[in-house]
Amino acid sequence: MAAIEWGFSINRPRVIDVDRNNLRKSDEILLEMPELQSCIGCGACTASCTAGNLTNFNFRKVHTLVRRGEYQGAYEEMNKCMLCGKCRLLCPRGINTRGVVMLIKRKLGDF
Amino acid sequence: MERVIVIGGGIAGMKTALDLNRRGIGVTIIEKENRLGGKVLGWHRLFPTFTPANEVVDTLKAEVASSEIDVRLGTCATALTEHSVTLSDGTVLDCDAVVLCSGFTLFDARIKEEYGYGIYDNVITSADLEEMFNQGRVGLKNGGRPRRIAFLHCVGSRDEKVCQRHCSKVCCVTGVKQAIEMKKLFPEADVFNFYMDIRMFGPGYEELYREAQQSYNIHFIRGRISEASPTIEGRLQIKAEDTLTGRPLKISVDMLVLLIGMRSNDDNASLAESAGLQLAQSGFMAPRDLFLSNVRSNRDGIFYAGTVTAPKSIGEVLNEGAAVADAVTEYLS
Repeated sequence: MAAIEWGFSINRPRVIDVDRNNLRKSDEILLEMPELQSCIGCGACTASCTAGNLTNFNFRKVHTLVRRGEYQGAYEEMNKCMLCGKCRLLCPRGINTRGVVMLIKRKLGDF
Repeated sequence: MERVIVIGGGIAGMKTALDLNRRGIGVTIIEKENRLGGKVLGWHRLFPTFTPANEVVDTLKAEVASSEIDVRLGTCATALTEHSVTLSDGTVLDCDAVVLCSGFTLFDARIKEEYGYGIYDNVITSADLEEMFNQGRVGLKNGGRPRRIAFLHCVGSRDEKVCQRHCSKVCCVTGVKQAIEMKKLFPEADVFNFYMDIRMFGPGYEELYREAQQSYNIHFIRGRISEASPTIEGRLQIKAEDTLTGRPLKISVDMLVLLIGMRSNDDNASLAESAGLQLAQSGFMAPRDLFLSNVRSNRDGIFYAGTVTAPKSIGEVLNEGAAVADAVTEYLS
């Protein structure tokens, strides 16, 4: 039976549902790179990001979402990174940002 | 009569010396500069009330001058124990207790080369701006009036890259105060404060922040500036992420003010070694504890007051001067 097109659809909620998200994968990532948890969200990484100046890639947002258990699409997002490493020079918390990109790609390749 | 040596003649040292002297204890102040007053001499008006800094420092200086406090200028302490202080000329002064009030060092903004301090005209520090206010000559290097001014918070604070992990505490409110002062001087200018967190910890600070936003239309952008570079018209182009919108941001300004932090003195380590004192990870002196013995060192007879133990506001420093006088009196009796 052909579905009738009513012009309406049901959106998935935008809420970050921490009750539903599984943080174990995020824990694995943070176990390998605990300093990622020290991010103060200053955006120095994103300000200097070559990819982020031309595309909607936002390294700060992606790794923050991963730490909240939002893994969907993180691998694809991190593929936008050109691994130039300027962000790593700027990070005031001394986070190996380029390493974070590689780590998330390695851990979340199947999401 | 018992004699206490106070190392440092800033507001902490003067307040400590006055409170000890008032109790009939002999005091000697050792000051490395040729005048008393310390860093506060370089400030113009104090947050959050815009009180002239000289009201505080001149009052203390006048009280010291009319007291029996022995003041030694132009000499510094190179080593100490609880019973003696060695001066830079080799003289050893005997005493019954020592209060270390040697304060802090301003972060050298040239180390953060990406902001261009010392490279571009019109990149200045918050301390330079206070100096300009004091001289009554605020403006661009060429004498012009700035139309757009940016302040950057956390320069040399909370920054692993320059080995300054701690928060300098007072820069947030200094940035708000100076932004208001600039807006008063240049009402036609747009003022932007780039911040990571705004830490308004003291009475009246949050109110000042709100006033900056509502009454002075100062723009607060949450993001750390990644670099400043010169434009073809001789202005400065700044890049940051506007983290609250999640997009990269660039802006050209006429003046960039770096809110430099407070770091520990280089000679803290050698003084600590000479006396067996403990240093905090930040390089500041570590008090015995942060509660009941926060003006005592780990050695009996050696005390601390002021920013030698951590960044503090002027009000907090003066409180510690009073507290340490009490602790020293108790120790001597």
